Amino acid sequence: MHPALSVIAFTTFSGAGYGLAFVLALGHGNPGALSTKIAWFVALAMIAGGLLSSTLHLGNPQRAWRAVSQWRTSWLSREGVMAILTFVPLTLLAAMSIFGDSFSLALGYIGAIMCVITVYCTAMIYGSLRTIPQWCTPWTAACYLAFALTSGTLIYLAFFGREAGTSSNNAWVYLAVVFLVVTWLIKYFWTRNAQAVGYGDSTMESATGLGEIGKVRLLERPHAMGNYLTNEFAFRVARKHLSKMGGIVVLLGVALPILLLLLSLLVGNGFAGFLQVLATISLMAGLFVERWLFFAVAKHAVGLYYGGEEALVPAK
Amino acid sequence: MTILPASTNKKLGLVIDLDTCVGCHACVINCKEWNTSGYGTALSDQDPYGANPTGAWLNRIHTFEVTPMAHQSKPKGQGVGEVIGTAGEARVVHFPKSCLHCEDAPCVTVCPTGASYKREEDGIVLVDEDKCIGCGLCAWSCAYGAREMDQAAGVMKKCTLCVDRIYNEELDEIDREPACVRTCPAGARHFGDFADPNSNVSVLVKERGGFDLMPEQGTKPVNKYLPPRARTDLGAGAGFAMPVENTDEAGGLLGWIDRALSGSTRSKGAN
Repeated sequence: MHPALSVIAFTTFSGAGYGLAFVLALGHGNPGALSTKIAWFVALAMIAGGLLSSTLHLGNPQRAWRAVSQWRTSWLSREGVMAILTFVPLTLLAAMSIFGDSFSLALGYIGAIMCVITVYCTAMIYGSLRTIPQWCTPWTAACYLAFALTSGTLIYLAFFGREAGTSSNNAWVYLAVVFLVVTWLIKYFWTRNAQAVGYGDSTMESATGLGEIGKVRLLERPHAMGNYLTNEFAFRVARKHLSKMGGIVVLLGVALPILLLLLSLLVGNGFAGFLQVLATISLMAGLFVERWLFFAVAKHAVGLYYGGEEALVPAK
Repeated sequence: MTILPASTNKKLGLVIDLDTCVGCHACVINCKEWNTSGYGTALSDQDPYGANPTGAWLNRIHTFEVTPMAHQSKPKGQGVGEVIGTAGEARVVHFPKSCLHCEDAPCVTVCPTGASYKREEDGIVLVDEDKCIGCGLCAWSCAYGAREMDQAAGVMKKCTLCVDRIYNEELDEIDREPACVRTCPAGARHFGDFADPNSNVSVLVKERGGFDLMPEQGTKPVNKYLPPRARTDLGAGAGFAMPVENTDEAGGLLGWIDRALSGSTRSKGAN
């Protein structure tokens, strides 16, 4: 699948925003503290920014309001509805913190649950597509939820650098490391499944119905040049780039954040906070590459009409 | 509304004969011609005369090569010497592909705006372009690559089964069928109602063993494809090679020519 920058930005930023809002909505952070107020603002800004970015890839964004109408069948519509509804408790909670130094746990629980549902809806846009077997697995929703929680937790941590060295901050660091390990384990299982499943049950033989006769090979494409389908679906990452990108994900998303977080436990107050901010930035950069790969490695059934495993790289 | 109808009164669709199709692309061109000035906005092209032309097409022909396996070279019930292909010898199959107007169309249910819908009266899957936001999710959900985004209008394009022809009383009755069917010089495309078991298309599917594309996707396509017919095995003719003509009677100049041309294959003693 073609990795569109707007969709990558949308899923990573709004996911992290919902993760951060989830942590804050569960009552963490002193509602009167400046850092909590800024964290609430950042959470809402990331969610809103992500949603706005997702409209960039639309052909007719001025009609985007129509997308809330088909929630009965469409995960994309459900995601739109939930995103709007979730703004209600989150904006209220943010306003309570920013203007009133207060917090409501009941409203917080409602907001937190709605954050989870919204991220789940986002994941199911991809997880429900039978045409892409690598996505069509419960691991996809698990990945999106875990990435949202972990990136949200690290961003939360980054806001409380001044408390570094306190036992509460240390507990958050340990929690963040556990989240990182569990999240990337989930991603590892997703990747293992994705590598094994390929095009799923569909083959060039079933796509053409010629399997009864024998082995099918593409002799000639419909048109000499690329088209919307090859640009959108037949995206292929060169193998050398694939392993390089995978390496970057492991380095930025897994190794560096864990190393920096553990290091922050060993050093003094101010510098520890700085290391935690670095760990968060590194994770976000790693997530960006991870999300790029999520799209880039995905094989769409249409590829079977364009040569299957040998599907050509789209014409630039 | 993106909820699929429980059932449709008619099931209009196409039968495409993979045996007859010669891959001339006439249906592709006539489809583009009719639909660029028909239903919805024009089917735009980008850089049409430049180095890298692309554009939205609702019907495309792929060409496949299928190589029969040894154990499949003589299917049951076929005449002596009649095979679907000879093991190891490739056959070329031209493969037209347009929207299959699936009964369980995922492109309809994923649409967030209600722009995609399946008509209850005849089962045709259409896009209401005024509601389409161009998110592309319907194309993602289609296993057949039947939907293409129009890069100029920013809306999704797909085969309408020429809904603006088949009911159009302004046209002569003979023209009230999809443009691709009307134009096919080989008669490889057939249009009809699959809900009627006695329709031309239902009979064709029954008689020729029509099949679904990717049944494992669970989309229940309405359009059906007919397999390439069995044909005489070229190799089977080898036993009937033309016998060498008897030239024993030839004498004189002709005899000398015959001997010279035949070389050692002709016994001199016969003269």
